Amino acid sequence: MEYFVIIIGSIFVNNIVLSQFLGICPFLGLSDKVSTSLGMGGAVVFVITLATIVTFLIQHFILIPFNIAFMQTVTFILVIASLVQLVEIILKKVAPPLYQALGIFLPLITTNCAVLGVAILVIQKEFNLLQTVAFAFSNAIGFTLAITLFAGLREHLDQMDVPKAMKGTPISLVLAGLLSLAFMGFAGLV
Amino acid sequence: MSNWQTLIKGIIKENPVFVLLLGMCPTLGVTTSAINGMGMGMATMFVLILSNMVISLIKNVIPDKVRIPCFIVVIAAFVTVVDLSLNAFLPELHSKLGLFIPLIVVNCVILGRAEAFASKNSIFASILDGIGMGLGFTIALTILGGVREILGSGAIFDYKFVSEDSSTLLLFVMPPGAFLALGYLIALINKLKKA
Repeated sequence: MEYFVIIIGSIFVNNIVLSQFLGICPFLGLSDKVSTSLGMGGAVVFVITLATIVTFLIQHFILIPFNIAFMQTVTFILVIASLVQLVEIILKKVAPPLYQALGIFLPLITTNCAVLGVAILVIQKEFNLLQTVAFAFSNAIGFTLAITLFAGLREHLDQMDVPKAMKGTPISLVLAGLLSLAFMGFAGLV
Repeated sequence: MSNWQTLIKGIIKENPVFVLLLGMCPTLGVTTSAINGMGMGMATMFVLILSNMVISLIKNVIPDKVRIPCFIVVIAAFVTVVDLSLNAFLPELHSKLGLFIPLIVVNCVILGRAEAFASKNSIFASILDGIGMGLGFTIALTILGGVREILGSGAIFDYKFVSEDSSTLLLFVMPPGAFLALGYLIALINKLKKA
């Protein structure tokens, strides 16, 4: 039940993009086609889950025992950056088809604040390892859901007659606002 | 480019938020009030100026291939300084900005300026660029925070100008309001630019 609450809570109620405002850059920048969004989403699910587990272990087995928790930000961002590189190299060798699908999105993920955000959030919420995995995975699914829905909406936006000043980013932001409003309907679900 | 232009371009012509659309996460996430927006802007400006300065100083020492990780370490070091100082001296602001303080590390404004400006220009110009861009960012966040605070809680800089029991557009201090307010602000700026 506890895991159910974590999963539903992070996918719908506190959606990482639409109510926590993490990962807005790829959300606004990359989401004009559903297929690209799904690719990005897949890469994010992979990296967030892996990175959060690794940073969780580092926090509890290195930073806390040695009393250097203030190094959290520096350590985490370095771990995430090198992990992304490592995943890229391994995927290239081991699973070329997967690399073909996710490859171009991987370098962009280092600066996706959702990754660092989730890694820090699980420490702040004092989760155990299993809860951490559930939280990271479902947040990444929430990211994929939001970015894919948004891309679907934006594909239709191209054919709309939009006032000149609203073209491009402004109308996308308003659209994101409406999507976020729709997600507020999930409030109180858990 | 003259020094004056380097300083001034970040404020209007290349405003990081309204024109370049960088650093969207803190822009949308913390601007529930003008004071929060301003605090976040100042914290970012501090990191931006110092990281621009240091990166400009060491630009000839770091190998080209590993420059991005090097930039990130420099930025992360200054973010840690800001994080700890805010926690010590302004604990109230620190708890309001919360997660978004450590996330200054991945703010694309800072890494973007490091890569596009500080790694190619002199230390003096880099500091000016940091000040200009930082000011532009702070102004943008304060305006957005102000608009949301006025509409959402009928107040500005915590000064309430409507009576306690009057109803306000609560939507604007909630997440959807952030997207809507920024969307309409950018539209307004586009319109003004054309005119």
